[in-house]
Amino acid sequence: MEELKAAYETTQFIVVKLNDEQYGIDIKYIDNIIRMQQIYRVPKVQQFIKGVINLRGEVIPVISVRAKMGFEQVEETKATRIIIVKIDGSDTVGLIVDEVKEVVTLDASQVEKVSYDAKEEKPNYVPAVGKDKGELISLLDLHNLIAEKENG
Amino acid sequence: MDVSQYLEIFLDESKEHLQTLSDQLMILEQEPENMDTINEIFRAAHSLKGMAGTMGYKRMQALTHEMENVFSEVRNNTIKVQDSMVDTLFQCLDALEEYVDNIQNTTEEGSNDNEHLVKSLKRILSGGEEDKESADSASAANASVSEGDKEKWRTIKIGSAEHTVIKAAKAQGKNVLGITVIVQESCILKAARAFLVFKALEELGEIIVSVPSAQDIEDEKFEYDFSMLFVTDSSADKVADAVKNVSEIKDAFVAAFEYSEEKEEEKEEENSQTSVQASEQKPAKEKSSETAVAAPKQENKKPAVSKPVVNRTVRVDIEKLDVLMNLVSELIIAKNSLVAASNTEGTRTAASEHIEYLESVTTNLHESVMKVRMVPIESVVVKFPKMIRDLSKKLNKKMQLFMSGEETELDRTVVDEIGDPLMHLLRNSADHGLESAETRIQRGKPEVGSIYLDAYQDGNNVVIEVRDDGNGIDVEAVKEKALSKGSITPEQAENMSDKDIIDLLFKPSFSTAKQVSDISGRGVGLDVVKSKIESLSGEVEVKTKLGEGSTFIIRLPLTLAIIQALMVEVGHEKYAISLGTIQTIEDITPEEIKYVQAKEVINLRGTVIPLIRLNEVLDIESSKSPEESLIVVIVKKGDKLAGLVVDELMGQQEIVIKSLSKYVNKCKIISGATILGDGEIALILDTNALI
Repeated sequence: MEELKAAYETTQFIVVKLNDEQYGIDIKYIDNIIRMQQIYRVPKVQQFIKGVINLRGEVIPVISVRAKMGFEQVEETKATRIIIVKIDGSDTVGLIVDEVKEVVTLDASQVEKVSYDAKEEKPNYVPAVGKDKGELISLLDLHNLIAEKENG
Repeated sequence: MDVSQYLEIFLDESKEHLQTLSDQLMILEQEPENMDTINEIFRAAHSLKGMAGTMGYKRMQALTHEMENVFSEVRNNTIKVQDSMVDTLFQCLDALEEYVDNIQNTTEEGSNDNEHLVKSLKRILSGGEEDKESADSASAANASVSEGDKEKWRTIKIGSAEHTVIKAAKAQGKNVLGITVIVQESCILKAARAFLVFKALEELGEIIVSVPSAQDIEDEKFEYDFSMLFVTDSSADKVADAVKNVSEIKDAFVAAFEYSEEKEEEKEEENSQTSVQASEQKPAKEKSSETAVAAPKQENKKPAVSKPVVNRTVRVDIEKLDVLMNLVSELIIAKNSLVAASNTEGTRTAASEHIEYLESVTTNLHESVMKVRMVPIESVVVKFPKMIRDLSKKLNKKMQLFMSGEETELDRTVVDEIGDPLMHLLRNSADHGLESAETRIQRGKPEVGSIYLDAYQDGNNVVIEVRDDGNGIDVEAVKEKALSKGSITPEQAENMSDKDIIDLLFKPSFSTAKQVSDISGRGVGLDVVKSKIESLSGEVEVKTKLGEGSTFIIRLPLTLAIIQALMVEVGHEKYAISLGTIQTIEDITPEEIKYVQAKEVINLRGTVIPLIRLNEVLDIESSKSPEESLIVVIVKKGDKLAGLVVDELMGQQEIVIKSLSKYVNKCKIISGATILGDGEIALILDTNALI
């Protein structure tokens, strides 16, 4: 647990909105944030993969975080964004979120670990919660979120 | 001292030398008297020793040193080549390969001293070694150094051995040159540089003597210059250029060596002194002079014979090639967008001319880059003869490997990956395919089994066949095995064609070998071969006849990065189909569709071809009404045909294949994606997975 705290010591997060909840994504994984653009469907893949986009000549898959987390699907709006993330040793992916709000800096004292039931079948996407100006931000574990293992 | 920058060169060259050693040892086993081969082995061992020494790999150096000694004696005819000796040498080769592998993985050579090998080499040598060492010391004795001037080579003292060589060379009308090389003061690895100089020179002729001695230079026991006498067919200028081409060489002075009677006398005098001091040394010296005379002659003849065999290659970092490849990809995308733009704005002749030009440039550039990426499969298959030899001993079966088409070229990435599957198929043939000698004689076959590895180009594909004249696949045995394992039901077995049954061999954990050997048949067999080849977008096919042998046919695409494709539309989505797989495109009216086992087929000029409605496979609504006639793209996989029903044809295009990220690789029928001129993405259909 100390380790986890140390890892979160003054970390910057990008706060995004999903289903009226606030989620934080560690800024070190983020390559780019782009507006919604044409997504090309790929047949016969997991349903949370919305398809592929052309990002400056590269073909990049995009994942609907809503679908992955089991939320209902909504129409895209002007605020919808694709966050391009890259995790070490893994391919670049785009994450579709409802809205990008702000960047917050949290130190270890503002981060609290969420107890996690090991019996739960779903991987834990939110291992910790951050508190900022009286609001709660669920901090996403991108490794689990993007993991190849299918879940939804 | 930092030698890491030389590590890559060292590894590359070591591997080359090891390959030479292996090839030549194979020849030596057949023709123990072949002097060319013996010389070749000696040279390879010598070079290896030198390189290992420079890089500080003591164990490797020690082992190669012993090997060199053995061959030095073989060269001098003091010992004869025997089977046991060749076996020992092959073991040495394996040990050396282990060192090189270790160095590649960890930059350390490992701690295996291979003492038994050194000992057995010494045993082979038994006694003959003294001569060699005295010869060494004799040349070392010649080393006398005075302060650096450009004519330093004039101070080289000439012994009787050198004298004979010079005389012989002059008689043959060759140039005898004196060379003094000065290394830059800033040079860190003088020995490595000197080694490169020696290497460059050895390509042009023969070094008679050097000051300091070659050993001292190797051990870096010299200041910033060294000198030598050199026999060559080339001119002084050419030699000087070759030396100066080595980096960190400050300067090289080359001039003809004047041959004076006076010197000769002086030398003879000196020589008599030496012979008084150590009369036993004389025979050794003479012997070495003989070989030295023989060597230039041999050098003279060699280039004509061996140059086509050994590829003069420029090593290019694969990453640089990838960058180049990406640039070309970008260029093609740019071109495509230009084409798209010109089509929409109405054609202006000037613009379209430029575009045509751009098109021809990009096509040429693409072709040449592709060619750079292409390497002959030789680099993979050369190690197989030795492997078959080892297997032959291990399995106690007599067999021979015949290879053809080693020059067939494939994309580098494919060549790197194809080694393991091929090796597996060869082992399979050797272990399961070929019968024991007794059985073969009973069946009236030659006692020695034959395995063939043939490679050739066939259209857009490269085909590699692994064939043996062994037992062939026993279909009944496979069927039984599958039944006993429960992989198929008896009813299924009834209905299966021989081909279907043979396909079972490619299923995971299926081995027909009654006994598990460590050569093949560990249950991870042909399925691995198949999946590997499929990951390279290739396919495997088997033809077999019981009692006569079997053939494994591997079909691989020539290139993976850029292909010619037919663009089609299915329900407003764009897809690309590789042109290489397309046979024809047909217009079919709905009435022509027939049904076989409730599946749609068409009868096309006497051939019944199953129809695949792409919109159904791709889960999308077709944009056409059922009454309209169908556009059917006939594609081929091996000898199977299928008709793909598409909505619209968009034309032919050169496309750059972008791999789909692993997150979307669940979709087997899509092999990749490409970006079109207007930035749209089209998915590439893998027709092999569809049929």
